[in-house]
Amino acid sequence: MSDTTTRSRTDVSSGPSKSPLSGVAFDPSAPLLEVEDLQVEFHTRDGVAKAVNGVSFSVGEGETLGILGESGCGKSVTAQAIMGILDTPPARVAGGQVRFRGVDLLAMEEKTRRHVRANKIAMIFQDALSSLNPVFTVGWQLSELFRVHQGASRKEAKAKAVEMLEMVGIPAAKQRVDDFPHQFSGGMRQRVMIAMALALKPDVIIADEPTTALDVTVQAQVMQLLADLQQEMKLGLILITHDMGVVADVADKICVMYAGNAVEQADVYQTYENPAHPYTKALLESIPRVDQKGQELTVIKGLPPVLTNQPPGCAFHPRCTFAKDKCKEEKPSLYPVPGGRSSACHYWEEVVAK
Amino acid sequence: MSDISAASAASTNVDSSGPEGSGSNRTLWGDVRYELFRSPVFWISSVLVFVILLMSFFPWIFASTSPNEAGACELINARVKPTWDKPFGYTAAGCDMWSSLVWGTGKSVNVAILTTIGTVILGVVSGTAAGWFGGLTDTIISRVTDIFFGLPFLLGAIVFLAIFPTRNIWTISLVLILLGWTSLTRVMRGSVLATKQKDFVDAARALGASDLFIIRKHVLSNSIAPVIVLATIGLGSYIGAEATLTFLGVGYQRPTVSWGLLVNEGQNLVFAGFSHLLIYPCAFIVVTVLAFILLGDVLRDALDPRSR
Repeated sequence: MSDTTTRSRTDVSSGPSKSPLSGVAFDPSAPLLEVEDLQVEFHTRDGVAKAVNGVSFSVGEGETLGILGESGCGKSVTAQAIMGILDTPPARVAGGQVRFRGVDLLAMEEKTRRHVRANKIAMIFQDALSSLNPVFTVGWQLSELFRVHQGASRKEAKAKAVEMLEMVGIPAAKQRVDDFPHQFSGGMRQRVMIAMALALKPDVIIADEPTTALDVTVQAQVMQLLADLQQEMKLGLILITHDMGVVADVADKICVMYAGNAVEQADVYQTYENPAHPYTKALLESIPRVDQKGQELTVIKGLPPVLTNQPPGCAFHPRCTFAKDKCKEEKPSLYPVPGGRSSACHYWEEVVAK
Repeated sequence: MSDISAASAASTNVDSSGPEGSGSNRTLWGDVRYELFRSPVFWISSVLVFVILLMSFFPWIFASTSPNEAGACELINARVKPTWDKPFGYTAAGCDMWSSLVWGTGKSVNVAILTTIGTVILGVVSGTAAGWFGGLTDTIISRVTDIFFGLPFLLGAIVFLAIFPTRNIWTISLVLILLGWTSLTRVMRGSVLATKQKDFVDAARALGASDLFIIRKHVLSNSIAPVIVLATIGLGSYIGAEATLTFLGVGYQRPTVSWGLLVNEGQNLVFAGFSHLLIYPCAFIVVTVLAFILLGDVLRDALDPRSR
């Protein structure tokens, strides 16, 4: 690995004489990224939609956290709240903290926080084609990052852009740097997105369904690339997905979300082997399996709750096979489960035992 | 980075052989150029526009003496009809019609260019602000444009111009800008609203871009196309508007030479047998307006991929 691609602190501040983040007291000994009791609301005509209700998790260096959940459960909103790119209004961060190296980003001034993005935390979007500006070459879009954030000259920035494209495995990067986004294939475009996210050597990467728009073979390559780069750069990676297979391969920890709540947190092996929340269990059971060919597929009956009108008690109780009367009245807090896990179910013991 | 490059090099074998390869650079503007260059209307209208612009900035190429020069007009020549020697004849004031028309081109074109520049700046700035910031900014800007839309164009222009003690290129342009910027604001606002929703705007923000940067680079580049079309068409219609106002007596005043004034002079004498006094200036106005509108039209066709 050459010096430019290895992570070094000095590299980031080598651009403009005073880095806008130099005034921020990041504590290198504090955990990399901690999210605590994050709450996000959307004010709509139909009332307040609580998209995220007190989600907490943390990611360390070189660690991968998978956030799992079906559409509309608040995965992407959580990611956007961490990045600070929610559209406000209608969205509003109602409470909680997002701490990067001990500094609460939610309390930070927007002017400073802007520089945290890309320099410290970066994001990879789902649809790489629409996430790249169609009127500029990928080289321009990449080099603009170096020029704006690090004050690099046109020539330097271009050279760095080629280097980044090479790093993410784009063949003939020197020629392709002048191509436009539509001239790349889906997998290549996602590689370009990864290059852009990694360009300023952030510490945390949030990947919001990075492989959903790709076909299966390319999915595997892109995930492999992400995993390799993460190991190399000791990145904290938050992988948001609804694909149980992708998470199983890459993640160290898993956070399962349902209707804006983190319902189960555990390491990846425990989650798959012996889920402690009925929702996780139901999700795993609904994966089609070759050895059950011909049988009816187990599905989770019903629909996720409307966010403006969540059921009282546990949000999952109308669809839960374990539900009892208590679930309709009392909202379960996160119960600690042996093995350093946690589950938001009153009857987690039953779920684990079954 | 040995292991990474090895890993990624191995994994790229499949998806690098995609159908697109690294083929020809077909960009939006590349496509536009292709569409334009094969359209005969584009060539006809742009040659006309080129000649018109040449005429307005370098009139002496086409007619050596300005009708305003001393001794250029002789009353004895007043209303002399076209002959084989002088196919354009003489104006009502005894000036050479051809040189009057040539030297009058600039007056109309300058107003149109100034007005277009003014409306584009005002429209792009206010439309972008309204579309990007939304909320109160949008409400205020949109309501102000509504008010200006409510003003009848001709009536408004006549009233405003009647207020000014002097009427020259600046005052005429100012009034036309004041009454014309709103349509560009609306188009730009809609265009920005559409661009704002695009993922690459979110992506840019996630990469730490400031609002101003996103507006300057990402939003403008993706929403300027309809404004270019409208501005080109606008150039033509402002030439017509200037001629109209001058004809009505609230535009250029004598001794300025302008098409509107020539039409004004000619209209009373048509039925007295001097039809050339009206036909020539009208033909110049029509051809010029048509050239710009046709150019705007082919630009629109080329810039709007859905119409292909």
